Amino acid sequence: MKTLFSRSFIATIVALALLPLVLVNDFLIDVSIRVMLTAIAVIGLNILMGFAGQVSIGHAAFVAAGAYGSAILATHLNINPIISILVAAVGVAIFAWVIAKPILKLKGHSLTMATLGLGIIVNMILINEVNWTGGPDGMPVPPVRIGDFAVIRPLHWYWVAASTLIVSMWLSLNLFDSPAGRALRGLNGSEMAARVMGVDVGSFKTRAFVVSAVFATISGSLTAHYLAFVSPVMASFTHSVELATMVVLGGMASTYGALVGTALLTTLPQLLGGFEDFEMMFFGFILMVTMMFLPMGLVPSIARIIERRRAR
Amino acid sequence: MSDFAQFVFSGLTTGSIYALVALGFILIYNASGVINFAQGDFLMLSGMICAALLGARFPFLLAIIVAVLLTVVSGLVLYRLAIKPAGDTTVVSLIIITIGASIFIQGAVQVVLGKNQHTLPSFSGHKSIEILGAYVLPQSLWVLGVGIVIVALFGAFFKLTLTGKAMLAVAANKLAAQAVGIPVHRILLLSFGMSALLGGVAGVVSAPITTTVYDIGLMLGMKGFVAATLGGLGSGVGAIVGGLLVGLFEALVAGYISSAYKDAMPFVLIIVILLVMPEGLFGKKQSDRV
Repeated sequence: MKTLFSRSFIATIVALALLPLVLVNDFLIDVSIRVMLTAIAVIGLNILMGFAGQVSIGHAAFVAAGAYGSAILATHLNINPIISILVAAVGVAIFAWVIAKPILKLKGHSLTMATLGLGIIVNMILINEVNWTGGPDGMPVPPVRIGDFAVIRPLHWYWVAASTLIVSMWLSLNLFDSPAGRALRGLNGSEMAARVMGVDVGSFKTRAFVVSAVFATISGSLTAHYLAFVSPVMASFTHSVELATMVVLGGMASTYGALVGTALLTTLPQLLGGFEDFEMMFFGFILMVTMMFLPMGLVPSIARIIERRRAR
Repeated sequence: MSDFAQFVFSGLTTGSIYALVALGFILIYNASGVINFAQGDFLMLSGMICAALLGARFPFLLAIIVAVLLTVVSGLVLYRLAIKPAGDTTVVSLIIITIGASIFIQGAVQVVLGKNQHTLPSFSGHKSIEILGAYVLPQSLWVLGVGIVIVALFGAFFKLTLTGKAMLAVAANKLAAQAVGIPVHRILLLSFGMSALLGGVAGVVSAPITTTVYDIGLMLGMKGFVAATLGGLGSGVGAIVGGLLVGLFEALVAGYISSAYKDAMPFVLIIVILLVMPEGLFGKKQSDRV
């Protein structure tokens, strides 16, 4: 519970609460909503990649599963979106738990390849099952309703996104300091050593996998209802790579890093207009250079510099 | 029956492409322990450069040579600028670096050569040859033939030359190899160059069949990796057998079950294989070092 009162966490809450005062137009509000919704998935991916050291480049599959799951339930079965979001999350959690066993038996590059395969399979299903998903064109998504009140206005969505983000960060920060988080970070260092110390490696990896999938699902279904539209692009390899780059740049195993990485890599392309063609080169470059020269990522590296200054 | 023969031939053709990708993987993996996620992009790169040069009215042979050479250069640059400076870092870092390289290459090709799909002309005409009631494109025979020649050359390189033996020594134990005076970094550089050469040749030979586009390396790379894993990551013979099996399996699934989901099959296959026999067909049992 300690992290509930940590200074950085309270500062983040205050910043998010005051931010709408500075966001003078709908465009800025839109960008911050996108950053916050994406950050939820990135914080989840960080639990798998940063804490447990399992590199995934198929995580967009879970984001899309949440988005399409909720969209299909709400459109085809007429279920209230609030319930469909939760049903999608539970469904994906069960799915992730079932596939975790075979997939997590793989290590290092094999696991990474398997996640890539998973992403491609999900993308393929979304494109081929036209009756359910609308195929390559995607499908419209109904808005979230509470009684007669529909959440449509950007500012309302801002608060939905901000509060979900705060809860996600709080969960992730607590996990980091908990015995389970220490076990995960232990198996990241050396799986064999963790096993010798009595850590049930398989069970902890499975839990990290399921938790990170659920974070991605929530992020995906909220994004779908916010944009009122989903398309298979959400499950694309490029999207998976973007998520992984955000984790790496912000700093592996750092929850604040995940937020910073997402904010930087979402806003930079917006600032540099006509950037789209160079996007892949840019992300590839950031991945390589960060790993070569700043392997800890931005936030942990900056935190270390500040600590050293203080120690002097 | 002729249906079956048709599926087998097309399976063997794509299978030998996967086998060449798998060989490229293990060439680098054996020498350095790195799985190069950009392996499939070598094929894409040479195919795309060759198509662009043909568009600029280069003669076919010259275009092929230039494309393969540029691909080799990209492999050397990858090692020199990204892998070597990273030094003795963790597996996770190396995975991420080569993923970054793969995306960077794709992005660069997309910017410079465009997003369109290209194809190369067949090496010796389009007239199909009839074998056992199946129609086989002459280019398929080129792919198979080039595959066999490359495998033979590599076999000879490792068996007969001092450099080949030095590479095996580096693969077995880097430190010990260094101690007996083998220039480890130069050997590693060579392994990246050879792997890119393999990918470059495979790229121009296979492009008339598969066509080529900036993101095709992703699929080729993954299937090649499945093939290498099936063959027991590290064995040359295993990579070839694995490649052919993946190609056959995919062609039969596409023919008899579903062509929409044929690309999904290798991944189902890899997970089943790794569960049932984690060492693959030709691999040795391994234990983790603590």
